[in-house]
Amino acid sequence: MARAITPRQKWTFTLVAWGIGLLIFFPILWTILTSFKTEAQAIADPPVFFAFDWTTENYTTVQERSNYFHHFMNSVIIALGSTLIGLAIAIPAAWSMAFQPARRTKDILMWMLSTKMLPPVGVLVPIYLIFRDVGLLDTRIGLVIVMTLINLPIIIWMLFTYFREIPVDILEAARMDGATLREEIIYILTPMAVPGIASTLLLNVILAWNEAFWTINLTADDAAPLTAFIASYSSPEGLFYAKLSAASTMAIAPILIIGWFSQKQLVRGLTFGAVK
Amino acid sequence: MRFIKSLAGAAASATLLAAPMTLAETITIATVNNGDMIRMQGLTAEFNALHPDIEVNWVTLEENVLRQRVTTDVATQGGQYDVMTIGTYEVPIWAAQGWLVALDDLPADYDIDDLLPSIRDGLTVDGKLYAAPFYGESSMVMYRTDLFEAAGLEMPAAPSWDFINEAARKLTDKDGEIYGICLRGKAGWGENIAFLTATANSYGARWFDEEWKPQFDSDAWKQTLTMYIDLMQEAGPPGSASNGFNENLALFQTGKCAMWIDATVAASFVTNPKDSQVADKVGFALAPDNGLGKRGNWLWAWSLGIPAGTDSEEAAKKFVAWATSKAYLELVADKEGWANVPPGTRASLYANPEYQKVPFAQMTLDSISSADPKNPTVDPVPYVGVQFVAIPEFQGIATAIGQQFSAALAGQITAEQALQNAQVLAEREMRRAGYPK
Repeated sequence: MARAITPRQKWTFTLVAWGIGLLIFFPILWTILTSFKTEAQAIADPPVFFAFDWTTENYTTVQERSNYFHHFMNSVIIALGSTLIGLAIAIPAAWSMAFQPARRTKDILMWMLSTKMLPPVGVLVPIYLIFRDVGLLDTRIGLVIVMTLINLPIIIWMLFTYFREIPVDILEAARMDGATLREEIIYILTPMAVPGIASTLLLNVILAWNEAFWTINLTADDAAPLTAFIASYSSPEGLFYAKLSAASTMAIAPILIIGWFSQKQLVRGLTFGAVK
Repeated sequence: MRFIKSLAGAAASATLLAAPMTLAETITIATVNNGDMIRMQGLTAEFNALHPDIEVNWVTLEENVLRQRVTTDVATQGGQYDVMTIGTYEVPIWAAQGWLVALDDLPADYDIDDLLPSIRDGLTVDGKLYAAPFYGESSMVMYRTDLFEAAGLEMPAAPSWDFINEAARKLTDKDGEIYGICLRGKAGWGENIAFLTATANSYGARWFDEEWKPQFDSDAWKQTLTMYIDLMQEAGPPGSASNGFNENLALFQTGKCAMWIDATVAASFVTNPKDSQVADKVGFALAPDNGLGKRGNWLWAWSLGIPAGTDSEEAAKKFVAWATSKAYLELVADKEGWANVPPGTRASLYANPEYQKVPFAQMTLDSISSADPKNPTVDPVPYVGVQFVAIPEFQGIATAIGQQFSAALAGQITAEQALQNAQVLAEREMRRAGYPK
């Protein structure tokens, strides 16, 4: 039976939700506004919200100083490359854990998660040395490998929880009809898990896009993505907040737009199974 | 056979295609996002006009990120960079490790003797220069001439801490949001520790005695920290425990600070009418002293060093020599005016009548000249460095102690507790690191 909600409650909930939503979005909005100010307006006290002389000068300066497109393409390749390779490994792995669990499956899942518990800086020097010796420093391939390995535990965990929600009977029916293992995964399991896979893909693209430790530490120029591009506008001695905001806006805009358009899938995927 | 022939043909054409490429040597330069460095980046074409065979790649990073990035690379000989922007803290440590190329064969017209002695000393190890200074900075007092005049005060050219304390309290008008003094409070070895170590030097304090024993239990440190906290609580802006260089710069530029003691490089920002509301009302004075023979000013030089093991040592040397030369200073003056020339590295710049017209030129020179990295304190010490101690352990210890001092400023602990904690912390870390060595 549906719980009755009074119009007053509805309004209150809506207002609270909007309030929280705006609060969370405010830093991004502020960054975007600051990017259109002069450096003097950016530090004005009291701060100005909309009543300032809008200028695109910061964007011009950033564009002149940096090759945005070069960094953008690196971000796209690293984020998409690592997510797709990760999915190709994780789908069979999650299948076996969800449908053919062994005695140690839970331990393996826990062990995979434990790799996320070490602070990355703890393994920076060994990984740096390996990368130096095999010539992967400042290469896109090197970063795709690192990002794949970093996000693999999360991809496997997410897919595992989605796959577990799929009735094993359907897979068994496919087997009865003579489907091979490959066909079972590609034609039966994957289409049913599309919302889950899509949200895993999106979430991992976002994680890989925003990852700033490895992408800055293992690159110099050739493979430097947008995270390195933002880092180049932060200054400890000098107020360049407006330019930094312009660079940040340019860096987050693509992922923000993708997030906006795909939020329905993302929310559906993340809550997949919870409402059954 | 045909396959081998075509393979050979392809290889030959690839070599031919690659031939013009090999003529251009590429150097990658890691630098920080400070105004002078961005200007240098903008003048790359001028360098290329002189050296068309050298292609320059820039990697600009935030200071802390840069430090972590280049330290990893130089320590592992990663070879990602051919020129690194490093400071007076890194140079003695890295040079002792053999991580830097000695710059002992710079061209004759470089005029190495023209470098300011205190800056050159900070970059020299065993008589050899290991990095070329790009710009040097010390710290000094910047103050609002209009507020001083209105209060009937006159800033001496070389003020004492007593005067600064008195003036700061007199100039404070908290209701009008004018604070007598703005100082660094944000925790960090390059933030509050830089300021407080330099201040402690003027109070006769030191980090370690000659046996490397930490000295935070001394009276001089107690006087330093108590004076600083009392002054900031009575005459400083609210929330000063989280203020660093940039936060104070914003406060000063918007007219909220009567005095600010910080890097000399700030002078060009606060006098720039485009960004500063108080551009025409700023005066300068030497950092304060306490009558003990040492002033509370630091010394830093952003410098260009070449990591050992680079493939492009000669090209890197050509770049370093160009960017730190007299001709470069003239080039910047020509393009952007004398006020924008990287300061604090060459005596000839300060002898130039055109540069002498810049309002902060003389005070910057006097501040730099009065700092001595080899003899930074009243009592003798075993280390080099004015606002830092040039040992690898310093960054970690100083950051932890900076947090204690920042907590004391925020009122979470007392000055005595902060110093006690600092002493315990420093003793433990130094023992672990095996001092005295």
